[in-house]
Amino acid sequence: MTEEIPAKDRVAIIGIGQTKFGEQWDRSIRRITLTAATACIADAGVSGDDIDGLYVSNTSTSSFIKQEHQAAMAADSGGLLPIASTEVEAACASGGVAVRHAYMAVKSKEHKMVMAVGCEKMSDISEPAIADTLMGAADREWEGQIGATFPALFALLARRHMHRYGTTVEQLAYPSVKAHANAVDNPYAQFRFKVSIEQVLQSAMVADPLRMLNCAPISDGAAALLLCRGDLVDQFEGDPIWIDASTQASDTLALHDRPHITQFRAVTSAAKQAFNKLKMKPAEVDIAEIHDSFSISEIISVEDLGFVEKGKGGPTLVDGYFDKKGTIPVNASGGLKAKGHPVGATGIAQVAEIAEQLRGRAGKRQVKGVKRGLTLNLGGTGSTAVVHILNRE
Amino acid sequence: MPEVGILGYGGYIPKYRIKVEEIARVWGKDGKAIGKGLGLIEKSVPGLDEDTTTISVEAARNALKCAQIDPTRIGAIYVGSESHVYATKPTGTVVAEAINAPNSLQCADFSFACKAGTAAIQVCIGLVKSKEVDVGLAIGSDTAQSKPGDALEYAAAAGGAAFLIGSDDNILATFDGTYSYTSDTPDFWRREGTDFPEHGSRFTGKPAYFRHVQQAAMGLFAKMGTKASDYDWGVFHSPNGKFPRRAAASLGFKDDQIKPGLVVDYVGNTYAGSSPLGLAATLDVAKSGQKILMVSYGSGAGSDAFHLEVLKPLKEKRKRMPMVQDYIDDKVYIDYAQYAKHRRTIKVE
Repeated sequence: MTEEIPAKDRVAIIGIGQTKFGEQWDRSIRRITLTAATACIADAGVSGDDIDGLYVSNTSTSSFIKQEHQAAMAADSGGLLPIASTEVEAACASGGVAVRHAYMAVKSKEHKMVMAVGCEKMSDISEPAIADTLMGAADREWEGQIGATFPALFALLARRHMHRYGTTVEQLAYPSVKAHANAVDNPYAQFRFKVSIEQVLQSAMVADPLRMLNCAPISDGAAALLLCRGDLVDQFEGDPIWIDASTQASDTLALHDRPHITQFRAVTSAAKQAFNKLKMKPAEVDIAEIHDSFSISEIISVEDLGFVEKGKGGPTLVDGYFDKKGTIPVNASGGLKAKGHPVGATGIAQVAEIAEQLRGRAGKRQVKGVKRGLTLNLGGTGSTAVVHILNRE
Repeated sequence: MPEVGILGYGGYIPKYRIKVEEIARVWGKDGKAIGKGLGLIEKSVPGLDEDTTTISVEAARNALKCAQIDPTRIGAIYVGSESHVYATKPTGTVVAEAINAPNSLQCADFSFACKAGTAAIQVCIGLVKSKEVDVGLAIGSDTAQSKPGDALEYAAAAGGAAFLIGSDDNILATFDGTYSYTSDTPDFWRREGTDFPEHGSRFTGKPAYFRHVQQAAMGLFAKMGTKASDYDWGVFHSPNGKFPRRAAASLGFKDDQIKPGLVVDYVGNTYAGSSPLGLAATLDVAKSGQKILMVSYGSGAGSDAFHLEVLKPLKEKRKRMPMVQDYIDDKVYIDYAQYAKHRRTIKVE
């Protein structure tokens, strides 16, 4: 199917760069961003002059370190002036939306080569202040002001999913166990150690039924991608990976406005658009990176992407279907839970991971023989969903 | 000329204790898991009429009992604490009057978070070495503050130790070298007018405590030409039970070398009293000829490292005053309600 589209109408990823995720107390946002961006340019083997557009994704740096205007900062510190630079914010889906805008900028032929770089510096402020800042991604008036936090909102989803579908706390623990096991092999990951179901179930309670090890951590980090018009990739060395679908959908900002809180309608919509466009079925995905900010979000997402029947996410995960050696490996990187979750960088890091896997250059965490991969990046409690489908050929 | 060293020392720990599990019970936390995570069992709590001043006086009196010197020889008193009773009136003057120190006296209160006590020791070493004073009294003591419900509450304790520093034939241990490592690292602070300190959570670990403790120890090793195995004992500032053990191991110390100084397990973190109390407890068991490394840590941040060698007079002198273990064993358990009354976190007006 994709062979029918002429190269000039396709968009390729020709460069990938990432920093290690984690607590980077001795590095500024400028340095973190620059590290990922320069690694990306070096990986692509291009020069700064070749790049004619820049999208910077960032969730809350204005609150985390009181710095706005990240796009200008990145253009300036990266020596890319006078490039057109644009900042993208869509809560934790900022990175996915930035990739999508970079993709559209190239696909429209307005730009030839565009960088999407995502960054976040979260460790400079106190944990309560971080929780409050992140709550800006939910409905401040109707959810934040009554004292809800993101763990509390996702705990509501988890409780309801348990009630409606019989999901258990053991099943809820499994995505974290899988993520940590995978992260051991990822040099970019924040937590490179295994955890057991028992350890998850004994970790500190955050918001019943979510415990500390059901929740993604606070992280600093950046990730960058270089996107290029398909007919120009031969001019550069490297190994292009093709973006064949970039879709996005929205849902209500507040949970109480949804008919069912156990479904991410934006995920279903974005996934359907992507699969319909490529005339493919969910089962034809070889590998995926899915937004597991809380383990319940992975369970609901594998259902709403169509990988499993609604309500069967928990038992299917425990059966090993989404393990690294399973049918559709999910989060071979370690996911948000163990790789880390620098919110503005996450969506770009997910696409970077799939691109590395499709290139066959993911080192020890490489999943063999993968040709087609999917990423799902969520914002808020699923108010924004972005799906990308990448192809080796 | 004899070397500069300790003429007498003494510790003091209030008798009240609260268990980590009791604090956890009040906040709906898993006390066993917290105790295991922090490496703590219980902590000391000051009595209703105890504060940094009374703890300093008790420790100073024990140091005088140990040294058996005429208090009029004391030419300097420096008290390091994070919980001086007054913001501007000194603690040291009360201590001076209480122990009959002369009016011809240099005196000041020190603050540098948890290393204010070892900073006082360094100043006294310098004054004695330069013959500005005959004997200097350095004290580290605290009734450590912590916000109710904060992670610090499980550890913040009360206690202190005093050291009479001089240079005559009766010194019980020598200070052969000291090295400090300091940087602007804001990991823990209390602003003027606020009741409780704030902290940077995990930032207090690797870039703060561990960096400074390790750098100070390694700086002293380089200065003295020593390594961990050259010391019989190691004493490390103990914000909890976990940090000193990990720091010591990273420097090459074995568990047995740091055991006497780890009073934290049953006493908690006595802030500016922590490493001085650990040194006092180590002197309580050390033998002549043995070498001790002490490393303090103060948030903000800095570490002072000291190389000590024990001399013969220690064996007889330490029979003269209560040992640190005597205070650890003399305890009365209280519940959280009594603890709140002792710490004056119950509002009565």
